[in-house]
Amino acid sequence: MSTRLDNSFHPGALIRHLVVLQATLGCAQLIAAQQAPPAPGVARFVVVLDAAHGGDDPGARLANQAEKDYTLALSVKLRSLLAARGMAVVTTRESDAAVTPFARAEIANRVNAAACLSLHAALASSKTGPAVHLFVSSLPTAKDVRFAPWRSAQAGWITRSTALAGVLNSALTHASIAVTLGRAPLPAIDSMACPAVAVEVAPQSRADAQNAEGADDSGFEAQVAEALAAALVEWRSGEGQPGDRRP
Amino acid sequence: MIPRHHTVLFVILLLTSVTMGAVLWNQLRRAHERLLRGQDSAPAMAPQVAPTEQATLMVADDADDSVEPRLLTLPLPQNPEARAHAVLGKLLDLYAAPDATHPVPGGAGSIAQVFLVPIGERGGRASAASPQLAVVNLTSAFAAGHPSGLETETLTVRSLCATLNANLPRVTEVRFLVEGQTRTTLAGHADLMRTYLSAETAATEGTHP
Repeated sequence: MSTRLDNSFHPGALIRHLVVLQATLGCAQLIAAQQAPPAPGVARFVVVLDAAHGGDDPGARLANQAEKDYTLALSVKLRSLLAARGMAVVTTRESDAAVTPFARAEIANRVNAAACLSLHAALASSKTGPAVHLFVSSLPTAKDVRFAPWRSAQAGWITRSTALAGVLNSALTHASIAVTLGRAPLPAIDSMACPAVAVEVAPQSRADAQNAEGADDSGFEAQVAEALAAALVEWRSGEGQPGDRRP
Repeated sequence: MIPRHHTVLFVILLLTSVTMGAVLWNQLRRAHERLLRGQDSAPAMAPQVAPTEQATLMVADDADDSVEPRLLTLPLPQNPEARAHAVLGKLLDLYAAPDATHPVPGGAGSIAQVFLVPIGERGGRASAASPQLAVVNLTSAFAAGHPSGLETETLTVRSLCATLNANLPRVTEVRFLVEGQTRTTLAGHADLMRTYLSAETAATEGTHP
């Protein structure tokens, strides 16, 4: 006797649908697991070092080198110091390559950075002498930002960035380095969704640079690098706990 | 036969004529040069002596990354654009002085023009009391000679914006051009592509592309 089931109920088709549904759910779980932020217990403390300029953009002209070379050397030195202190470090460039401001922000945002330092260099005013200038983005502070516009993503992080600048200021001052604090429009940092500060190192005054071409300023550079590393250790132990990435 | 005294008289008269011709030619050339010099330096318009007024210049200081007000008495024109040009020129003259707290070469000649454009309300028309956008056209020599650095460039932009706002309260936004063209940065750092809020000297994002 042949029996024919109703068209609305097909066991084979139902099984196929279930398999497809399960496969879809499995894929969705995998994607969600990859995109979800890491659990607090396993989160790494990642520092992004952004050596400004590079490639066709030399930046400022220092006494014996271009700004792009100085910032790259400082980035390499600081990376070694931070790695020795157990921090994961991501750099935006490792060579004399041109990197757009948006690409720099993408790198920082992709790794969920606990801190980002954008490294600059310039000649100090003849009246001030060697110093470090710290800048936080001049974007107005925004609260409860759920979906931040790309160009002003930093707005939700201004408070944390200011706190990071305070920690850097303390460490540099403790190392007897003159520091100024300010706010400025910073195209790369404005798009970063993490605590971010621009650090402009001024190793020599303009008068010294003119009088002593090729003068060695590596001592000041090393002093600044040590102070920045100490500040980031402090930042990690204080407000910048792993997993604490709330703006 | 020509008498000897006639020959001598002829020679004397000939020499005198040649000498007088040379002197006349020289005087003519000098007069022509004086005329040309006079055309170059002649004022196109009758000089107007603007009344002196008190102006507030927001002067930058590299030592502490600050911008502080300084009161000066200046001859200020009544025309707002000329007034803006005058105060910004005076500010850059201070920066070009040897003892400047924020040394920047160039001086008043670095400001090519200042244009004031009314900003209308959304969907409405600009009125006489509408806020204004100041478009400051800088010379390429100023941009080329400006010291490069995040702090020094930021201070220059901040002080220019704050000085405009202090003397022309209707100016709420400022944009910068160099030789009439947009330019990405002043000397490698300060962003010149955006519109600056003169009151807070902060940047707006995308409100006026």
